[in-house]
Amino acid sequence: MSAAANADRSVRRPVSIASFAQSDNVRRENERNEVEMLQPVVAEVFANIGIDKDDIHFICSGSTDYLIGGPFSFVTALDAVGVWPPRAESHVEMDGAWALYEAWVLLQEGEIDTALVYSFGRSSPGNLQEILALQLDPYYLAPLWPDPVSLAALQARALLDAGKATEEDFAAIASRSRKDALGNPKAQVSNDISTEALMKDDYVVSPLRRHALPPITDGAAAIVLAAGDKAREWSDNPVWITGFDHRIETHSLGARDLTSSPSTAKAGEVAGVADGAVDVAELHAPYAHQEIILKEALGLGDGVRINPSGGALAANPMMSAGLIRIGEAAARIAAGEAGRAVAHATSGPCLQQNLVCVLEGGE
Amino acid sequence: MAERCAVIGVGQTHHKAKRDDISIAGMVREAAKMALTDADLTWSDIDAVVIGKAPDMFEGSMMPELYLAPALGAVGKPMLRVHTAGSVGGSTSIVAAHLISSGIHQRVLTVAYEKQSDSDAMWALSVPQPFAAPLLAGAGGYFAPHIRAYMRRSGAPEHIGRMVAVKDRLNAIRNPYAHLHLPDIDMKTVEESMMLWDPLRYLEACPSSDGAAAMVLAAEDSVSGSYPPAWIHGMAMRSEPTQFAGRDQVNPQAGRDCSADVYAQAGITNPRAEIDVAEVYVPFSWYEPMWLENLGFCDLGDGWKLTEAGATAFDGDIPWNTSGGVLSSNPIGASGMLRFLEVAMQVRGQAGEHQIDGVSRALGQAYGGGSQFFSMWVLGSDKP
Repeated sequence: MSAAANADRSVRRPVSIASFAQSDNVRRENERNEVEMLQPVVAEVFANIGIDKDDIHFICSGSTDYLIGGPFSFVTALDAVGVWPPRAESHVEMDGAWALYEAWVLLQEGEIDTALVYSFGRSSPGNLQEILALQLDPYYLAPLWPDPVSLAALQARALLDAGKATEEDFAAIASRSRKDALGNPKAQVSNDISTEALMKDDYVVSPLRRHALPPITDGAAAIVLAAGDKAREWSDNPVWITGFDHRIETHSLGARDLTSSPSTAKAGEVAGVADGAVDVAELHAPYAHQEIILKEALGLGDGVRINPSGGALAANPMMSAGLIRIGEAAARIAAGEAGRAVAHATSGPCLQQNLVCVLEGGE
Repeated sequence: MAERCAVIGVGQTHHKAKRDDISIAGMVREAAKMALTDADLTWSDIDAVVIGKAPDMFEGSMMPELYLAPALGAVGKPMLRVHTAGSVGGSTSIVAAHLISSGIHQRVLTVAYEKQSDSDAMWALSVPQPFAAPLLAGAGGYFAPHIRAYMRRSGAPEHIGRMVAVKDRLNAIRNPYAHLHLPDIDMKTVEESMMLWDPLRYLEACPSSDGAAAMVLAAEDSVSGSYPPAWIHGMAMRSEPTQFAGRDQVNPQAGRDCSADVYAQAGITNPRAEIDVAEVYVPFSWYEPMWLENLGFCDLGDGWKLTEAGATAFDGDIPWNTSGGVLSSNPIGASGMLRFLEVAMQVRGQAGEHQIDGVSRALGQAYGGGSQFFSMWVLGSDKP
């Protein structure tokens, strides 16, 4: 870890990704509800490092009521942990990556050393295309029911018109992601299929073909954070968070240059992405073309390995796909495949809100 | 070591049954602008925005913070959205405060709201779920049996709830922002109001409000504004499971643990003697005596005696809910933040007609769900 970089950044206290677990990512989880889906993931994230809930000082989760179709989706989810005696606990109506941020903030103060972060989303019971339309401005946009694929297609079209990408680029990203996903046992979509073959797909909404869209996924994920002595107690080679920030843009698509992501660029700058070489990046790009925008915003060159897990094109569990990027990036470092990695999460239409987490191995 | 953090600006809307003159964005901006003005700051001085609200179904807009980012000056900044049920206004304040006490930011804007008239909270709380018992009675129907249990345990007489209903509504007359202004309320009118959920009558229940609350929090080096800062002496959240055998929903362990944590941080050993004023989440009248016990202001079973003796009245030794409380204004997502904000006003001496003289320490409390989520803070006029 580069101590000099930390002095300039907001990282006062090194915090490690001590453990990561995720469910199988599937199109339709019919057998289990949210709590039942989450419980084995929480059990695994503890078992990985031989701890239990009594070792956890703070719990933070990310989820949204609109997937479950009822208020307080996070309430019963707590039963997956079993918060008795009572625990210090919080919840964000955001992807779990932001829950991780909230927990990381608390750990910066030095009063507590450990946190459990989890998130979950089951998209199969509803119609995601309709549900996500309700995420838009409730007065001027939502009543028109623009679906997320159509909005992403507007962005992809703008990218093509700007000469920043071709449709073949989208297919090549999908081809690479699916092939990488063959090595990810948790992935939902994985196969070895060429760019040329993918180009024969039909358009879903021009210029986006089927392969450029994320799958609809049910899934859950969890991470344990550790600081201080706990980080070294729970790992011989901790993976440290060395930079962390997130930023939001305006909601109005007409007021944004959809071919760029200034919020990602700003978050990357504050997190210190450029302070060292990046070996691996896990980018939460639900649509293939968004990887191109994010790479540019983060200044990632062609030498950076992008989404070795297969990324969101291989599995996109709502509210967890961002948290999983952080877990996957940490796993690459823990496995010795990378020394420094960047993880990214997004929320909102056309990459409106973005989070960047820089991870490093070593002392 | 945590950095010191203080409330340096507060703002709120005039809470009403219907704010049909304004959009959600306009409503949150109204409160936020007032808080910025109070802190003598502008939008560009703010480093990050933390927003909270209760279930998105209350307005029918999913993750509305995305749409609200520009209205709150959050573009280009970090923005977090908290949701912890009814305690959310308190939890949101605490998440915002940690952004400062962790040393990450200097000035944070925190906002909470509900525009209940956009939808029907009773409906939104009662959406049928597979394999779950339907809750078709809203929050009052859920809490009424716990109130009955409290009455049986403590032997409290029936009129205690009515006393709280009258006291908080008369306090609300002093608060120009309160939703309900009922100058003619008395024990008789409460007793004659319609029975909703036995033993709760109409006038013993909170209203359904549109409204927003906002605060500016700052690090020690960034304190501004004409009123003195209200320093955070302690803050905590606690959660417990919704249902399990042996859970005490009348006097929840999570509430006791949360207050014990906050008191320890603030160095408080005798809350009744050391806390000058408290804003406590009392959506149904009987929750005042219940929380008096849960928060350790008296021994178990004695809460109603404090209420009956007038200890919690405006001129009592521990004034509770001098703003009128949740019983007088209830924009659900903001109701917890209003408790946290009102004690900031008391500590800063800016509460106007409902100011208690010489407040040096004050407690704000919020709870939510089925009494399993708690958030609290203690503010003081002296640096901790």
